[in-house]
Amino acid sequence: METGIQSKSLRIILTTLCSILALIFVYPVFIVLLNSFKGKLYISDQPFTLLNADNFAGFENYISGIEKIGFFKAFGFSLWITVGSVLAIVIFTSMTAWYITRIKTKFCQILYYLFVFSMIVPFQMVMFTMTKTANMLHLDNPIGIIIIYLGFGAGLSTFMFCGFVKSVPIDVEEASVIDGCTAIQTFRYTVFPMLKPIVITVAILNAMWIWNDYLLPYLLIGTDYKTIPIAIQYLKGGYGSIDMGAMMAMLVLAILPIIIFYLCCQKHIIKGVAVGAVKG
Amino acid sequence: MEKSLKKYFPVFVLPTLIAFTIAFIVPFILGIFLSFTEFTTVTDAKWVGLKNYLRIFEDGDFLNALWFTVRFALVSVISINVFAFLLALLLTRGLKGTNLFRTIFFMPNLIGGIVLGYIWILILNGLLAHWGVTITYDPKYGFWGLVILMNWQLIGYMMIIYIAGIQSVPDSLIEAAKIDGATSGRILRSITIPMVMPSITICMFLTVSNAFKLFDQNLALTAGAPSNKTAMMALDIYTTFYGRVGWEGVGQAKAVLFFIIVAIISLPQVLTTRNKEVES
Repeated sequence: METGIQSKSLRIILTTLCSILALIFVYPVFIVLLNSFKGKLYISDQPFTLLNADNFAGFENYISGIEKIGFFKAFGFSLWITVGSVLAIVIFTSMTAWYITRIKTKFCQILYYLFVFSMIVPFQMVMFTMTKTANMLHLDNPIGIIIIYLGFGAGLSTFMFCGFVKSVPIDVEEASVIDGCTAIQTFRYTVFPMLKPIVITVAILNAMWIWNDYLLPYLLIGTDYKTIPIAIQYLKGGYGSIDMGAMMAMLVLAILPIIIFYLCCQKHIIKGVAVGAVKG
Repeated sequence: MEKSLKKYFPVFVLPTLIAFTIAFIVPFILGIFLSFTEFTTVTDAKWVGLKNYLRIFEDGDFLNALWFTVRFALVSVISINVFAFLLALLLTRGLKGTNLFRTIFFMPNLIGGIVLGYIWILILNGLLAHWGVTITYDPKYGFWGLVILMNWQLIGYMMIIYIAGIQSVPDSLIEAAKIDGATSGRILRSITIPMVMPSITICMFLTVSNAFKLFDQNLALTAGAPSNKTAMMALDIYTTFYGRVGWEGVGQAKAVLFFIIVAIISLPQVLTTRNKEVES
């Protein structure tokens, strides 16, 4: 709907309004960045004052924060779990979705509805029992958690792939079978490349969820392996007293990779979210 | 093709199915079963019938959390959708810098709940310091703090979906209405809003279910303080499970109720708003 506004002054007013709103949106992050360079005693007292000779602490907060929570280790675990789980989810659920869409048996239909059903079940419902099941099967480690993420993320991802597979022409697949391809080759070289747009969407939605997820990794592997959200919550300490200096610095370090990732694949992320919401 | 594909069941479906069984099917069934038992680990469960469900109401925590969640969902669903829709209208007028604004408004959505919580602790405590209080001083501060946080996080997300909806309204419809002499208010009411009804459905569904399932933000911002008055349902279930020995069965019973509430809310909402959608 490109109505276009005739009067120039209205255009200026609206642009100004947008700019003010944009500043309000950026402001909280800016304040955190500002405070990450202040001495920790100045943060709670005067969070909104700019940096000056008194409150400036250089990188002191960063150094103490990184040491306190083992930031780089946490970053490594977060990265490993996110990349591993997203790869597993994309590969296995796309295969499953193709199979259960193409093979029309009762079993496949039931499975499809089970996946849909799992989408409306909140995590708290299975929080305790899933942790116990995973413990019993020795999946409470950085490799096992990938299987858990595959299982818990299967519902939404399979559902989204199924919706897309239905729109993929079946003739192409049949042609490749006639040419002598096995089902695996057909999927690998014919179907999967056609799924590319939805693969990006599914990958981004799952990456956002898993990178930021707190409770599942905390319950499953939190005592031995801290991801970034766990490490930040850990800073709060047992008695509710927070080292605000280290906290601010770690918040900046936690946000930084997300913003870099966002600016690099902004187009895909925004499109993925729009498509994902419409389908899911 | 079906025949050649069918025998590949172990390759295409089994990995997902195994993970799905471990992470969802078994924990879900076990969760329902355990809500009728007393247990500390899964293996020592003792059948107690409906006792856990009755014990939920022994203290006011669950009802308080339910009431808090309902109020929170109501307020944030309305505010988020109104703001997001207005922003979407602003950003579909071909203003200069539209892409930059869209990028900025969407950014908070990528930041995880725990990190968001601590960002807003800094800002809100900084503001409340003028009155010499903190966010955990009074439940109403926690409530509005969560509403503001949720708005900041989700407005950009919903805005993206609304923008996609508004852009899919055919220009010819708008042009025709203009020729017929419709005012821009009339065009908005009689064309744009009915045409973007599918987006409104999706956004309502997403905001309500996000509001009900909110956990990380709640844990980081107030952790329920003061005295569980700002704990939402997900957090209340968590504290019942892991904060009180001997209450695991009650926690699981609360989780089952929580699941039923979330399911009931998401289903009719989708169905009723669907009826108002324009067939296209």
